Amino acid sequence: MQRYNALSVLWGGLTGQRHWKKVWGEAEPKQHYDVVIVGGGGHGLATAYYLAKEHGLRRVAVLEKGWLGGGNAGRNTTIIRSNYMIEGNTEFYEHSLKLWENLSHELNFNVMFSQRSHLTLVFTPSQRDAMARRYNIMRLNGIDGEFWNQDRLRHEVPHLNFDGGRLPILGAYVQPRAGTARHDAVNWGYARAATALGVDILQNCEVTGFIRKAGELVGVETSRGEILADKIGLAVAGHTSVLAHKAGLGKLPLETHKLQAYVSEPVKPLIDQVIVFGGFGHFYISQSDKGGLVYGGDLDTYNSYAQKGNLPVYADVAAAAMQIFPCLGRVKLLRQWAGVMDMSMDGSPFITKTHIPNLYLNAGWCYGGFKATPGSGHTFAHTIANDEPHWANRLLTLERYREGRLIDESGHGPVPKLQ
Amino acid sequence: MLRIPCPFCGPRDHAEFSYEGDATVAYPPLDASREDWFEAVFLRANPCGAHREMWHHVQGCRAFVVVERDTLTHEIKGARLAHRPTAEAIQ
Ligand SMILES: Cc1cc2nc3c(=O)[nH]c(=O)nc-3n(C[C@H](O)[C@H](O)[C@H](O)COP(=O)(O)OP(=O)(O)OC[C@H]3O[C@@H](n4cnc5c(N)ncnc54)[C@H](O)[C@@H]3O)c2cc1C
Repeated sequence: MQRYNALSVLWGGLTGQRHWKKVWGEAEPKQHYDVVIVGGGGHGLATAYYLAKEHGLRRVAVLEKGWLGGGNAGRNTTIIRSNYMIEGNTEFYEHSLKLWENLSHELNFNVMFSQRSHLTLVFTPSQRDAMARRYNIMRLNGIDGEFWNQDRLRHEVPHLNFDGGRLPILGAYVQPRAGTARHDAVNWGYARAATALGVDILQNCEVTGFIRKAGELVGVETSRGEILADKIGLAVAGHTSVLAHKAGLGKLPLETHKLQAYVSEPVKPLIDQVIVFGGFGHFYISQSDKGGLVYGGDLDTYNSYAQKGNLPVYADVAAAAMQIFPCLGRVKLLRQWAGVMDMSMDGSPFITKTHIPNLYLNAGWCYGGFKATPGSGHTFAHTIANDEPHWANRLLTLERYREGRLIDESGHGPVPKLQ
Repeated sequence: MLRIPCPFCGPRDHAEFSYEGDATVAYPPLDASREDWFEAVFLRANPCGAHREMWHHVQGCRAFVVVERDTLTHEIKGARLAHRPTAEAIQ
């Protein structure tokens, strides 16, 4: 692998940028692998990287039906945080955030992780109390969190609609270590680092079925032929149920829904943090380094595998935007798209073994799997390599639904469209 | 926007409806086993393709409507009232 450093950038600049090499190689499928990971999104790539890096497995392949990052890994609004309060989530997302903090060095690839802080606005005393509880629990768990009163917030985010609307903004709960990263760079960084360790990345390789011998799962059928494997890990996000049926896992506590993202025309620096408005609508926004405002809101709320969104949701999102940032009224929308997500029955994921030996499952990410990318890959690799969970994912099981031990942060109950 | 053919109101924008999920789920009797309840409450087929689903026409006639829709193409094949006797009566 060609390592990047300041000197190589300088040298490249002086020699007409001719030093750049292909970042990952094209591989041909081998007959047999130790581990096959299905899904070349962030989670699949990260899992393959950690399998090779931390568990010394050299015969690992990632099978992606389209191109790397063509799924949710390249469609999200890139918010990274660990402001969770329920055991199971708390330790998992904080584990992930700690991995983010060193990720650019770990991968020798700038993932542009920017800890610009994450603000949740509060509008009523009861909302403030609920958030105070959450942030106090976080602090007891060693996660950073603080309250900004209105004076501080006016200073930090002057263009918020403090007085004008029906909803006076009282302040914000803040996680200073939270922020954003460049999603494409995360995918490319993991892909590059994984191939450097010998992982095969097979694009345009759709898994269409599973191969069994004497009742045991021994491989996958793909659009590029049969591939045998000792262990198979599924990390296909919104398409999990489709493959689960084929693998014999049956029904899962999942519904596939779509979520849209929006990007405005570039404007001068306006928003320094990630800002979230919830409770009376749903709206979250940050500004990319190019100046585009990146924002989103609720799901389209019905089961869908179509990666396209509809307009009524955009009308709601735009109304919420105008409620807190009236100054955005004349900013033009530049691009819009949707991704299909694995909405779980309690809003939390599972990274786990399954009742089928050799088959491992990583799904249930809802709106929030981008921030989980390093933690998910790290703990899924651990689970696959050791046949038992890492401490950080020990509670992210499938059995919890049967046992009534839900990890339901929002308290919405088993209604995926609300999670 | 999806256009849902409500049996009472005719084709209406889906924004008038509230989505209630998979209509093939049958809730077991109250004294059924824990396993039956676990399946009904938590497990879903979640198909990519034909899906029978419940919509509540909250901003219209307030009827519950069972819609046959494709989750990949969004094509709607049909809709009927969820309440069988009423559905038969208006046939
Ligand atoms: C609009 C939007 C905004 C979001 N915003 C945020 C956010 O701000 N913060 C956050 O933390 N999370 C966010 N998320 C969620 C996050 O993007 C996902 O949870 C996460 O990317 C899922 O993991 P992944 O990267 O592995 O998924 P994906 O990138 O979807 O990877 C799954 C891959 O599997 C492939 N695949 C499917 N079926 C097969 C098959 N049969 N054979 C081979 N390959 C297959 C797909 O092509 C896909 O590339 C958002 C999601 C969306 C859609």
